[in-house]
Amino acid sequence: MNNERPDPDQLLARVERDKVKAQRGRLKIFFGAVAGVGKTYAMLQAAKERRAENIDIIIGLVETHGRKETAALIDGLEVLSPKLIEYRGTTMREFDLDAALKRKPSIILVDELAHTNAQGCRHPKRWQDIEELLDAGIDVYTALNVQHLESLNDDIGQISGVRVWETVPDTVFDQANEIELVDLPPDELLNRLRDGKVYLPQQAQEAIKNFFRKGNLIALRELALRQTANRVDAQMLDYREDNAIREVWQVNERIMVCIGPNALSERLVRAGKRFANSLRAEWLVVYVETPELQRLSAEKRDGVLRILRLAEQLGAETVTLNAPDISSAIIKFSNERNVTKIVMGKPTRRGWKRLLLGSVVDVLISDAHNINLYLLGSPRHEKGSIVDKADTSLYRRNPLPGLSRKLALRKKNRSIGYVWALAVTVASTLLAYLMFGRFELANMIMVFLLGVVFIATRFGRGPSIFASFLGAAIFDFLFVKPYLSFTVADSQYLVTLLAMLIVGVLISNLMANVRSQAKVAGHRERRATVLYAMSKDLTASQSEDEIVRTAVRHLNSEFGSCNVILFPDPDGRIVYPKAPGLRESLHAADLSVAQWVFDHNEIAGQGTNTLPGAEAIYFPLSNKETVMGVLVLLPVNLRRIFLPEQQKLLETFLGQIAQAVMRVRLAEQARTTQVSMEAERLRNSLLSSISHDLRTPLATIVGSASALVEDENALRVEDRLELSRAIYDEAQRMSSLVNNILDMARLDAGTIELNKQWYPVEEIIGSVSTRLQKRFEGRRLSVDLPEGTPMIFVDTVMIEQVLINLLENSLRYTPDKSPVEIIAEVSAFAVKVSVADHGPGIPKGLENQLFEKFYRVRHEAAQSGVGLGLAICRAIIEAHGGKIQAQNRPEGGAIFSFVIPLDQAQPVLGPEE
Amino acid sequence: MTLSSPVIVVIEDDPAIRLFLRTSLGAHGFKVFEADRGQQGIIEAGIRKPDLIILDLGLPDMEGVDVIKAIREWSVVPIIILSARSTEQHKIDALDAGADDYLTKPFGLGELLARIRVELRHSVSSPTQDQKGIFTTGMLKVDLLSRQVFVGDKEVHLTPIQYRLFSVLVKNAGKVLTHQYLLKEAWGPSYKDNSHYLRIYMSQLRHKLEEDPTQPQYLLTESGVGYRLKV
Repeated sequence: MNNERPDPDQLLARVERDKVKAQRGRLKIFFGAVAGVGKTYAMLQAAKERRAENIDIIIGLVETHGRKETAALIDGLEVLSPKLIEYRGTTMREFDLDAALKRKPSIILVDELAHTNAQGCRHPKRWQDIEELLDAGIDVYTALNVQHLESLNDDIGQISGVRVWETVPDTVFDQANEIELVDLPPDELLNRLRDGKVYLPQQAQEAIKNFFRKGNLIALRELALRQTANRVDAQMLDYREDNAIREVWQVNERIMVCIGPNALSERLVRAGKRFANSLRAEWLVVYVETPELQRLSAEKRDGVLRILRLAEQLGAETVTLNAPDISSAIIKFSNERNVTKIVMGKPTRRGWKRLLLGSVVDVLISDAHNINLYLLGSPRHEKGSIVDKADTSLYRRNPLPGLSRKLALRKKNRSIGYVWALAVTVASTLLAYLMFGRFELANMIMVFLLGVVFIATRFGRGPSIFASFLGAAIFDFLFVKPYLSFTVADSQYLVTLLAMLIVGVLISNLMANVRSQAKVAGHRERRATVLYAMSKDLTASQSEDEIVRTAVRHLNSEFGSCNVILFPDPDGRIVYPKAPGLRESLHAADLSVAQWVFDHNEIAGQGTNTLPGAEAIYFPLSNKETVMGVLVLLPVNLRRIFLPEQQKLLETFLGQIAQAVMRVRLAEQARTTQVSMEAERLRNSLLSSISHDLRTPLATIVGSASALVEDENALRVEDRLELSRAIYDEAQRMSSLVNNILDMARLDAGTIELNKQWYPVEEIIGSVSTRLQKRFEGRRLSVDLPEGTPMIFVDTVMIEQVLINLLENSLRYTPDKSPVEIIAEVSAFAVKVSVADHGPGIPKGLENQLFEKFYRVRHEAAQSGVGLGLAICRAIIEAHGGKIQAQNRPEGGAIFSFVIPLDQAQPVLGPEE
Repeated sequence: MTLSSPVIVVIEDDPAIRLFLRTSLGAHGFKVFEADRGQQGIIEAGIRKPDLIILDLGLPDMEGVDVIKAIREWSVVPIIILSARSTEQHKIDALDAGADDYLTKPFGLGELLARIRVELRHSVSSPTQDQKGIFTTGMLKVDLLSRQVFVGDKEVHLTPIQYRLFSVLVKNAGKVLTHQYLLKEAWGPSYKDNSHYLRIYMSQLRHKLEEDPTQPQYLLTESGVGYRLKV
């Protein structure tokens, strides 16, 4: 490996980062150890300076806490009026995000980055508001205390004994463009506190005063300084990368944090975050869900879910793996992703249990050779299953409204299992009693074990273990000497009993695993079936409407939720669908939320971080980078959507829907391209046809006319007549040519409105035969029209044109004097009119091409037209909803027929008075 | 040119067509006055006392229909309009406004002269209709007084409406009559939207009067415009 060359991946990442940075607003954080160090003051002073430089800077929201020096700084700066929100009787002043976005200053001041918004704001957290401001390209100044940093929250809580619930993800801090440390030595701060210069909320005075102990202040100051120093360090690294200063290049580290359903997980995630930061490495958080873990209570699974979300907020990629064995899944996955370091909790199993049942850590140590393991111990008081604690703390900070709703417990089912266990054991006892004396005791034990196996297969672990113990006890009590006593005389029976118990428990465990694996397999199969069914239907869908209908139906049947898919109009505004809704459609989607989701390509609505107050959940329907629409889903139960496997399923659904929509759109695009290519081709052949067909008669006209003009009496009278006639004939030809071209152009442009009226077929034929009388001199034109032919509802001028074109076509392509026939046939639904000739017929295989534009049977034939006549016929007949076709007649000659549908009731004639 | 030669006013903006009309009509004994604008045409029509007016519908300064209306305010002089193709509605509008016949460009001199003759004949009196009110064309003979219709020597019985319709055509023999006009004349003004009535009765008339209704000799269809009884 050449050490001189910067890693291309890293360079690419830098370029991406710089690009995003250039469009995004810049974030400057005024960072302090605790409240009272003067962050707001420093921030306002900076604002004053910017103002003096004539930069458009405004105050979005600033808390002066009544301090005069601070308030004085606000003078002369534009202040955005706060949004007032009524909440439980009190009015809250909140930052007005929409007003700020509308005002769009170059810099905006928004105090207290860690603030939690009142219910009713778009985002639950202020840092999310600020993210949106940055996305909109607005620079932001804000203030933050070190204790509000998510990853330090734990440690500071432990140091100071006071925990804050308002935290800011480290990613926000890390991505800030500038950090300005506002520092004040602890002594001075304490002085200010004494002088009453530090604002403290009334109700918590005492607790907070306790917090402002010197030791605490020193520790916090150190943390703040260190955090800032770390950042400076990182900037240094960036600089070195930019300037290709070698040495520090390191292999890309990737850290994987493995979590489980216990309170240690939260600490593991925070530790992983810090670890990843210090190594400047990517990090993943992985949860392996074994069949056993799938049997955990819903509350515990929700706890895991929340930790995964916390990890996401801290900037990790989270993965849930489904596998029967934790260690092998971890090893496989870490190899796939080139993980170099694994962070996990110390094994909880100790002593003989660890020896007997093994631990994930031990397996990893022996099997994952190239991976470094970092183990995190759990504080003593958090030993054991402490999900309860995780529940309270995590829930408060990462609210997932709805997830806390408890499902109806299935306890009833379980108690039935125990009743069965009792019954089966009693039955076994009766059977054993009958065998007593006639069989060996070992055989009687088999009877009990049989019962245990039965219970295990039907009711799972608990009841079957219960049955094992009960069986062992009864066996000892009734059949082992001394009878009717739990004491065991012969010590060899002790071994028998113990073996029976162990075998019972083992069988129970095995059966339970088999059962749950079967259940998981069943779930998987069902999911695969559901996915297959939808993708099959989606593939069959030919239009966007159809895709939406298919998707809405499948989403409804899988997630039980009414839903709707919204698409933007050409201006990019999300609009309600035009198509009528289905039974499963959702009708109350909030367009403004959908618009936000569409613009930001992020999920919003209930259970998410954006507009959690909304009733529905809004998912962007996107294909990689392009957002195509928004899926709005009204959840009946959040668990059905946010459980990892369901979420994955939904994501797959969304991906498939997006893909299907993309496919249809691409096909549509291809069609339009095809059409325009076709138009281009037509234009070209039109030009070449016209230039040939117009020039030929023009040459005759110009030539003959010039001969007449320049005649100086040299021409004989007959010659003059001849020349004049040539001019006349050629002009007629050009006239019909131009008419055809104009007709075709009008038909193509679709500007023709059919003036449909009721006409007798006879009249149309009559009109045409009158008009063509001269052309048919010397030929026989016979008409075969059955009595009582109904009237047809057509544009007569057009239909006459069709007949004329067909007849002229016959005249052109058949020998002189050969007769032409017009034949009408009537069926219940249509009238068919045919023009039959006795010419050479149509060359084989050309029956359909004849109706193409510019098609001519004999290409260089001098007398032919541009080849538009039949194309015009087809366009007219198709505009009437009919069909036109050409065939050869068995007796020789060609027959052209068109069909006009009779799809309306014939008009009635009132009686003659 | 004699004193009795008929006077024709040509209102047409295209000089080439004016030239063609002037020379060819002049050669056939007509006295031709020209106007290249509608306004001027109306004035010419007033001062020249023409026997016939040839009017192009596509004039630069005003609508052809308005020229017809202006002239019809004080004169019943026959007007033949010239129009481009595929503008049936314009023709109908012009005919309903009072024009007497139309020609579609491009047209030949033969067609034009035939139309002019029909119109001039009408404006004097119908020579095909003699003093006793007998009208004949080809094999058709109509006695307008006794309301009898003959094909050859055979009398044909017509229903009252059939006769009414036919008599309108006979009285305007050679002229194109719009659907609207025929409906109004034969059925009355309230029937003007029932143009299929007209078609059905025309079909009945053809079956009674024509030898082959699919190749009519007398009752001709003017596609999209109306009907004409050929003389």
